[in-house]
Amino acid sequence: MRVSLRVNGTEAEADCWEGESLLWALREQLGYPGSKNACEQGECGSCSVLFDGVLVCSCLVLAAQADGHEVTTIEGLADGDRLHPVQEAFLETGAVQCGFCTPGLVVAAAYLLERSPEPSDEEIREALSGNLCRCTGYEKIFAAVRLAARSQVGREGRG
Amino acid sequence: MTTTLEPRKLRLGRIGDSPRRVDGTPKVKGEFAYSSDLSAPGMLWGHTVRSPHAHARIVSIDITEAVTVPGVRAVLTHADVPGEKSYGLEFRDQPVLAIDRVRYFGEPVALLAADHPEQARRAAGKIRVDYELLEPVTDMERATSQPPLHPGSPTSGHGYRDDPRPNVVRSILIRHGDPEATAEVSVEGVYETGIQDQAFLGPESGLAVPDGEGGIDIHVATQWLHADRAQIAPCLGLRTEQVRVHLAGVGGAFGGREDVSMQIHAAILALNTDRAVKIVYGREESFTGHVHRHPSKIWAKHTARPDGRLVRVEMRILLDGGAYASSSTAVCANAAAFACGPYAVPNARLEATVVYTNNPPCGAMRGFGAVQTCFAGEAQMDKLAAALQIDPVELRLLNALAPGDTLPTGQRIECSLPTAEVIRRAAALSPPEPEPLPRDPLRLPGGAGNTTRGEGIRRGTGFAVGFKNICFSEGFDDYCTARVRLLADGSAEVYCAAAEVGQGVSNVILQVARTELGIDEVRLAPQSTVTVGSAGSTSASRQTYMVSGAVRDACRAALEEREARGEGEVDVERVYRHLPTTPLDPETGQVTGERAHVSFGVAAMRVVAEVDIDLGLTRIVWIGTAQEVGRAIDRQAVEGQIEGGIAQGLGLALMEEIQTRDGLITNASFTDYLIPTALDMPPVETVIVEDPDPDAPYGIKGVGEPPTVVSTAAVVAALRDATGRELPRAPVRPDEIVGL
Repeated sequence: MRVSLRVNGTEAEADCWEGESLLWALREQLGYPGSKNACEQGECGSCSVLFDGVLVCSCLVLAAQADGHEVTTIEGLADGDRLHPVQEAFLETGAVQCGFCTPGLVVAAAYLLERSPEPSDEEIREALSGNLCRCTGYEKIFAAVRLAARSQVGREGRG
Repeated sequence: MTTTLEPRKLRLGRIGDSPRRVDGTPKVKGEFAYSSDLSAPGMLWGHTVRSPHAHARIVSIDITEAVTVPGVRAVLTHADVPGEKSYGLEFRDQPVLAIDRVRYFGEPVALLAADHPEQARRAAGKIRVDYELLEPVTDMERATSQPPLHPGSPTSGHGYRDDPRPNVVRSILIRHGDPEATAEVSVEGVYETGIQDQAFLGPESGLAVPDGEGGIDIHVATQWLHADRAQIAPCLGLRTEQVRVHLAGVGGAFGGREDVSMQIHAAILALNTDRAVKIVYGREESFTGHVHRHPSKIWAKHTARPDGRLVRVEMRILLDGGAYASSSTAVCANAAAFACGPYAVPNARLEATVVYTNNPPCGAMRGFGAVQTCFAGEAQMDKLAAALQIDPVELRLLNALAPGDTLPTGQRIECSLPTAEVIRRAAALSPPEPEPLPRDPLRLPGGAGNTTRGEGIRRGTGFAVGFKNICFSEGFDDYCTARVRLLADGSAEVYCAAAEVGQGVSNVILQVARTELGIDEVRLAPQSTVTVGSAGSTSASRQTYMVSGAVRDACRAALEEREARGEGEVDVERVYRHLPTTPLDPETGQVTGERAHVSFGVAAMRVVAEVDIDLGLTRIVWIGTAQEVGRAIDRQAVEGQIEGGIAQGLGLALMEEIQTRDGLITNASFTDYLIPTALDMPPVETVIVEDPDPDAPYGIKGVGEPPTVVSTAAVVAALRDATGRELPRAPVRPDEIVGL
C-alpha cells in the first residue's frame, strides 16, 4: 500500500506491506536510518520519534498508521551543522559511548524539555526510563539533560 | 530551536584532556553508520534457521519447499560450507552449521538469503528438520558424570591440567602455601550467580560483499577484526588475504562480540549467490546469537586469626560453559586466580572447573570469572568480619594486597596496586542521610508503581572490593600494531585496527598521537584488516593500554625517521608487546616464570539500598566508588566506564538472568530480561585514584572491568545489611527479601 507522510518537514511516500512498522519504513525505505532497532517491542526506546509532535516508539507504529501524519526523527533535530541543545549537551557531558541508544534518548530528552524546560531530577529519570542505555549507567545522560535545560533557559533569558 | 553551547573543553585533546568524542557528532545526529545500517546495491537479506532443541540428533534436513518460495535466492546447510566445517575463538569445536547434532537452543542449522527479510523468514518455516531428541545435559554439577558432548575433548592437550572427567572444558587447581595451615576462626558459604547477558543495544549484524574474484569484504561489528578473519577464512576455504574484515559501527560489546556470530554465515551466502548479503539479528535471536556470562556455583571457606589476619582461603568454583568452549578456559583461570580478591593470603587452595553442557554457550563478559568469585569472596569477608567482630572495612584494610606481596599463583605484585588507599577513599565517601517521609514515590522501592508510602522499608549499607587483571595472561603472545603516516602538509594519519565498541578507544589513539607528535591535525583511518596488522582484542581491559603503547611507539619511530630523512612522507608500523607472561603450572597453578598476569586493577564500593520487605522491591539509593586507574588518559571517559560498569554489576545483583528450562531460553526479550533503566540507577559518586604503573604506557591501566566486578558484590551486601538475610545468590529474587 502507498503511504504518504511528512518526515522532518519533507513530503515522503513509501510502498509498504501491511505488517511493516514505521521504523522499518523510515530506515529501509525512506532513508532515515538514524532511528535504531534494538528490541522490536517498545521496550528500549532506541527507535523514538515524534509522531505529530508526540513521543512514540516507531517500532510499535504501523507504517500505514503514519499515512497523512507528521514524523520527526533524530535527523530532523539539528539545523544543518547547528546542533540541537540536547545534542550539544550529550557531546559535552560525555553522554555518548557506543551511541546506539543516543538517537532515541536525544529525541526523548528534547521532547521532555519542550514540555518541561526546567525538569527536576525525578522528572528526567522518569521521562528517560523508556530508553535503555547499556554503556553509560545514565549518569552522564542526566547531566546532559540538565545542561541542555540550563542552556535553553539561558538562551530564552537573553531574549 | 537551535543554539550552540560554548565548548567547555578543547576539541582536540591530548593525554589528560577530555576532548569530545571523535565519533560523537555523527552519533548524536543519527548519522553514524552502525553495522545494521549498511546496504549495498543488489543486497540480499540473510536469515539463520536455529535449533528449537537444546540437544538432538539431526536425522534429516529437507529444503525442497523452502527453495521454491518467491524471492529466496539460497538455502544452505552444513554441506554448503566450503571449507572447514567448524570454528571457534580458541578451539575449533563449534560447527558453522550443525552437522548431525545440535548442542544448544538456537544453534544455527541452515541459512537463507532472500530479496526481503520477510521472505527469508517465511521460507525458513518451510525448512523441515527432523530431530531425534536427546537428553540434555543441563546441570553443571552432574555434567562431569554424563556422556561427553564433545567426545574428542577439544580443549585437552593445550597445557591444561589433565582432567579425564567427561565434559570438562578446563579445570585448574592453585595450591599456595601450607596445605595444613589453619587458624581459630573460619566461615563457610555456598554462592551462586546466574547467566547474565551482555545485552548490547545494537544486535549482531553485518554485510558481506563478494569482490568478484573469489574473495570477500565483511563489514561487521566485532571486538577483534584479525581474530575474526583467522576464523572466517578457513571456513570459506579462502586464503587469509582474500578475506578483508572492516569494522562497522558497533552498538556495544562487553565481551559478547568476541566470538564470531553472523560473519561466516553472511560470507557463505554472499559467495554462494554472488550478491552482497546483510544479516541483522533481532533481539530474540541476539540472546542465542552470542555467548553469555558463565553461571557459577562456589563453595568457599575463609580462615583467619582472631586479629583478622587471613590465614587460608579455600574455594571450589564450578562454571557452566554451555555447549561450546568459546573463552571458557580463560574465564575458568580468572575465576581461580582472583578468587582471593585483593588480599594477602598466605595459604590457599583454589579449584575451578568449567564444563560443557547443553545450556546456552558462555564466554567473555566484562569481568569474566572475577565477577563470580568476587561475589562469593566479598560475602565471605563480610561473614568473617561478623564472626571476628571487626569492622568490615577494617578487616579489608588489614589484609589489603600491596606491591611486593605474593598472589596465590606465586606471582609477586610489581605493578602499582594501592588497595588500601582505594578502600580508604571509597569508605570515606559519605552516603546521603535517610530521606524523610513522605516522599515522591520515585524515591521509594517500587517507584512509579506507587507501592508504598514508606511502610516496610529497611535501609542497608554494603561495602565490597573488586580485583581483576588487566590484559591477556598465561603466556599468550599479546600484541598491538599501529601505523603512523606523517604527511607532507604537516598532518598525520594513524592506522590501528583496535575495535571502537563505544568505550572511546578512538579518542585514546588520537590523544596519544597528538601528544607524541605535538600536532593537532591527526586523523584515524577506518579500522580494517587491510591497512594494518592486528591490534588484538577489545577485551580484558587491555585495549587502551595496548593501543597507547603501539601508537606511542609508532609515533616516536615516525618522528625519528622524519628526523633522519629530513623531508617527505613517513609511513611506519610498530608492534607493541606488554611484559611477557608465562603459563601457570598445570599441576600446582603456580607461575612458571616471573608472571602469569601483566597488571591488576582494584575498585572499592559503598552502596546504600532500601528494601521493601513486604513486596521484595529494592531501590539502590546511592553508590560511592573509588578505583585505581594507573593514569587517566581522559577522566570523563574513565568516569563513563565506571558508571556504565556499575550499571551492569547492579543488573546482575538485582534483575538480570537468562532463564532456562531444560536448556531452552525462556526470556529472550527486553520485556522479560530486564536491564537497569534510568529509574534503577542511583547517583554515583566516583573517586579516581591515579598511581601510574611504571611498566605501562604512560602508567595507564584498563578501567572497564573492575567496576562491574565489584558492584554485584557491593549491591547484594547492602541488601544483606538491610534484610539480615544471607542472600547467597545473584540476582537476588524478590521472594528472598520478603517476610522478615
